[in-house]
Amino acid sequence: MKKMIQGKTRNRIAIFLSIVMFMVAVITVSFTSASKNTKPKPPVTKDSVASVKAFMTVYKVLTNTRCMNCHPAGDSPLQGDDSHIHKMNVKRGVDGKGLYALRCSNCHQAQNTPGLHMPPGNPHWQLPPANMKMVFQGRSPRQLALQLLDPKQNGGRTTAQLIDHMANDPLVGWAWNPGDGRTPPPISRAQMAAQVRLWIAKGAFAPDAQAK
Amino acid sequence: MITIKVNGKDYHVDADPDMPLLWVIRDIVGLTGTKYGCGAAQCGACTVHLAGEAARSCVTKLGSIAGRPIVTIEALSANNNHPLQLAWQELNVPQCGYCQSGQLMSAAVLLRENPNPTDQDIDDAMAGNICRCGTYTRIRAAIHKAAQLQREGVKS
Repeated sequence: MKKMIQGKTRNRIAIFLSIVMFMVAVITVSFTSASKNTKPKPPVTKDSVASVKAFMTVYKVLTNTRCMNCHPAGDSPLQGDDSHIHKMNVKRGVDGKGLYALRCSNCHQAQNTPGLHMPPGNPHWQLPPANMKMVFQGRSPRQLALQLLDPKQNGGRTTAQLIDHMANDPLVGWAWNPGDGRTPPPISRAQMAAQVRLWIAKGAFAPDAQAK
Repeated sequence: MITIKVNGKDYHVDADPDMPLLWVIRDIVGLTGTKYGCGAAQCGACTVHLAGEAARSCVTKLGSIAGRPIVTIEALSANNNHPLQLAWQELNVPQCGYCQSGQLMSAAVLLRENPNPTDQDIDDAMAGNICRCGTYTRIRAAIHKAAQLQREGVKS
């Protein structure tokens, strides 16, 4: 008899504990979902008109000589504000850093050499490599937008990495410190980076095929 | 004081870090085979090997060398017997000769990286070395000759 009473008591305790654990679990889950619901999310405000407008500003910078000269359609870099083909028959090479005795860093130092017609410089001076040329020259706004968004054509970058490249890459930054006799892009780097962010935040839309 | 290694020997140089390497080599180290042409990295007369690359010493600052070894025309070979030097002599390449040390230093990088260069390869490597006498056709022929000598086992 005593054993039966002890057995019933154990069963009641087990049932009670199960109910408590279930309630704790329910409360925990509800709190978790509540906290998820309250976490601030960036508003998704896709806007094709605003996105394309921002990109067109970016496009003007990327097809400016300072950016385009090192993103040429051919295998020779371009030079000067008139984007003439680089003197001395300089070629891209496999890694984008030139060929044989005409490697970029043979003349281009880690900083601009002072004076007109002297070699500009940066520690990372190069063209895009031969296996991913990332051409800007001759690209329409639509073509360039789609190219920039495609990791197979943009150096394997996500949109976040693309923004970082535009905003922080030291070689990109050279365009705004181009040395004597070279005109910088039409807007500041901070302004360009803001337009890149806006373009992507508003949906990363490509301009239509007629856009110029 | 900045220490540089030129042709295997250390030199302790008391000069401004902004001084072009060309003038360190010529005026301080005293090796005058490397020539001043344009001072703007546009002619190639000042070419030396900096860590094996054909650097334009007229725009390379002393302070940027950072321990990288420098080789000048005086040490391209032990006895003026680099295949290029032998070919240059055989084909009488130089006319006035002023640009030729730079031509040889650039051609040496080409032959090291491409033992069998085509005419196009030679153009791609050498177009940055200007010769006012116009010895380009002999330079091209001599590079082909040097490549042949190199294949036949002529060692510098």
